[in-house]
Amino acid sequence: MSFGFPELAAIRLGFGLSPLMPPPADAETVLAGPANAGPGPEAMTTTRASEIATLFREGRLARREGRPEPPETQEADRLLGILPAEDLRRRVIRALDDPIGFGERLVQFWSDHFTVRATNKVNNPLAMAFVDEAIRPHVNGRFEDMFLAADTHPMMLVYLDQTSSRGPGSPFAKGRPKRNFGLNENLAREALELHSLGVGAGYEQKDVRELAELLTGLSFTHQEGFAFKPAWAEPGAETVLGQAYGGGRRGGLDDIRAAFRDIARRPETAQYLSRKLAVHFGSDQPSEDLVEAMAAVWRDSGGDLPQVYRVLVTHPDLASGLRQKVRQPFDFCVAGLRALGIRGEQVARLELPNFRRIAWGPVEAMGQPWGRPKGPDGWPEDADAWIAPQTLAARINWSLRIPRLLLDELPDPREMLVSAFGGTQSAELAWAVPKAESAAEGVALILASGDFNRR
Amino acid sequence: MLTLDRRLFLKGAALIGCSAAAHPLMNSMTFAALPGENRLVVIILRGAMDGLDAIQPYGDPMLRKLRRNLSVGPENGAPDLDGFYALHPRLEPLLPLWQKGELAFAHAVSTPYRDKRSHFDGQDVLEAGTGNDLPVDRRVGGWLNRLLQATPGAKAETAYAVGVEQMRILTGKAAHLSWAPRAWLKLSPQAQMLLEHVYHDDPLFRTAAQDAVQISAETTDVGKNSGPTADAQALAAFTASRLNAESRIAAFSIPGWDSHANQPVVLGRALERLAAAILKLREGLGENWGRTTVLAMTEFGRTVGENGSGGTDHGTGGALLMAGGAIRGGRAFGDWPGLGEGQLYADRDLMPTRDIRAYAAWAMHGLFGIGRDTLEREIFPGLDLGGDPGMLA
Repeated sequence: MSFGFPELAAIRLGFGLSPLMPPPADAETVLAGPANAGPGPEAMTTTRASEIATLFREGRLARREGRPEPPETQEADRLLGILPAEDLRRRVIRALDDPIGFGERLVQFWSDHFTVRATNKVNNPLAMAFVDEAIRPHVNGRFEDMFLAADTHPMMLVYLDQTSSRGPGSPFAKGRPKRNFGLNENLAREALELHSLGVGAGYEQKDVRELAELLTGLSFTHQEGFAFKPAWAEPGAETVLGQAYGGGRRGGLDDIRAAFRDIARRPETAQYLSRKLAVHFGSDQPSEDLVEAMAAVWRDSGGDLPQVYRVLVTHPDLASGLRQKVRQPFDFCVAGLRALGIRGEQVARLELPNFRRIAWGPVEAMGQPWGRPKGPDGWPEDADAWIAPQTLAARINWSLRIPRLLLDELPDPREMLVSAFGGTQSAELAWAVPKAESAAEGVALILASGDFNRR
Repeated sequence: MLTLDRRLFLKGAALIGCSAAAHPLMNSMTFAALPGENRLVVIILRGAMDGLDAIQPYGDPMLRKLRRNLSVGPENGAPDLDGFYALHPRLEPLLPLWQKGELAFAHAVSTPYRDKRSHFDGQDVLEAGTGNDLPVDRRVGGWLNRLLQATPGAKAETAYAVGVEQMRILTGKAAHLSWAPRAWLKLSPQAQMLLEHVYHDDPLFRTAAQDAVQISAETTDVGKNSGPTADAQALAAFTASRLNAESRIAAFSIPGWDSHANQPVVLGRALERLAAAILKLREGLGENWGRTTVLAMTEFGRTVGENGSGGTDHGTGGALLMAGGAIRGGRAFGDWPGLGEGQLYADRDLMPTRDIRAYAAWAMHGLFGIGRDTLEREIFPGLDLGGDPGMLA
């Protein structure tokens, strides 16, 4: 059997093939996908996140003081408990129903590039708002806009401690000499090291410190919302990568905006992010040719992401790198449901415990607990990081059990072999599937195979 | 079946020219186990165990003033330990261990983490084993991994991270194995044969699957527990089976300690899980229990006072539980700071009187012969080891 661009694009740039819809016909179709990855009607907002958080706090106070709890605070408490799983569910649904898949894969990529994590349950909705407000609107836009939106979003300010940073010479810190208020460099460091230039780039500790001083004043609380507080800001100009921002009187957010724009347009950023995209979509060791071609377009276009994606989608490495990447657990679960012909509406109808059984628990067992990455550098890319005895066992167990939970009648494994791989399957798999003792084991063999777990 | 797997694997390895000796499970077949026969299990109690309720210092008269309903001591059925401390009633199954010298604790311990009282950051500090000189997210790698790095002859199978929870305490440069009893894999013979065929030319999938099948086959009994403590028992049973084989170090976690409300129920359940895990370890380890030290550690303690919802909030000083035939148990370690005015941390929490890492360090010193320098500079950088508490028999 032969296969071509549509199969490659669906498997490598999307969530695999589906018996319900055709793969994208050509590069233009793939590149039109990300335009649909914007915030949907299900979007969470910072305002709503703060409402829930505030209600929760009121309820907690009432409990402590022994007052009866109003129903709306009880509801907030309940919501905070279920929202992480509901967040996974809405992401699964959008990924399943996306005919192209490339846009939702990019949402996954950029949300991981700008990793945040709600480190207490009050902030669970804020972590959802982060993706809807800082990532989705910019997936098909300019990198500098996403960079600024992500690194000044309330969830990022909380996650990387910016809310506790004060300029050492700020009126706020000087007015409280005994309280030891000072600079927190965490966000500034990650903004340069993880989010833009990359760890090997030629910046110094001084750049980190001055950027950290420039960022002082950014504040967020659920009660007051997002604000720039001049009293927290370090006075005077700050020099980052040789460029001075702000003068005697600091311009607040405008200075921060200018600095992020300049950092985003640096050639180091073009190089670092082109490579990261190539590694994520192509191969753990991408060709220099691909990285260079993407970086050149990045530099020339000032980080216009659709133009950079075009290089990725049309490059010959799309064909030559097939199955060098292992699907991460989220991608694997979506691809599995998609190959089984499950629609978003079926996932939406599941009782929450059943949804937890088919996705929430499994992605954790496969090593990718939803919303809980280990650190600000996000999930690993290497194939080795995802396939260990216990995580592969979780993939095999998912393949054996989940199809039967969701479908009254399993697909004929021989037909599924065609619909799930479109001719890309290995001879070994094609040999083995018809020899399975039951449809369930045939389907499991397909889903557990290296062919299916790689892309 | 095991032999068949091995042969298949060797045949496959020969075909693609990869070195069988490079594979961790292969090594264990041929080389003697290192380091020695002593065993260390670290249980991370996620969610902040209330040490004042688990081990109740009822001999301090301030306790009754600060806690009217919780930690009441022997009057409420808590078994007395030494006239000052009493064991939470739900830990009573461990009382025989105390009497035999196989259970001990250190009160008023903590990591260097202070004031922000976040579970995640607190656990990160506990597992990283570092001080406050680094931002939380820069603390990469765990102290048990650095123990492996400092142990000549340690190999991947020396240490196991058990369970689906990420065990940061074991992450780092030194190889270790991980497995979750829930990952237990059972395939029909035909499915296993077909899967081996499908994975044959993909070494990454082939070796992982063979190990999964092998580990599952060797540990068939670990999943057979039921009831509310089944998960904890499965973790412990699996851990014991590995420690009886080549492993010497293992870590797993027991969640569910965050008792902000209705503490008797919340903490009671968690303590039952902990007690069940320790008893299962003891049962599973058999003779090897005598060479085993178990440390149950939590990220921080809880407030000395009760809150308005029958619980306690995030605090500072907590308790470390120790168990095992290798310890000098039946006694309390550490200095009691008191609960009176001016004796609390930030007027609300139990004042830590010793760094919890010092106990872990002295355990590693005694069990594996790790030197003071290595402990203070590499495994727990910046720690002052202090005097030997004499916790090992």
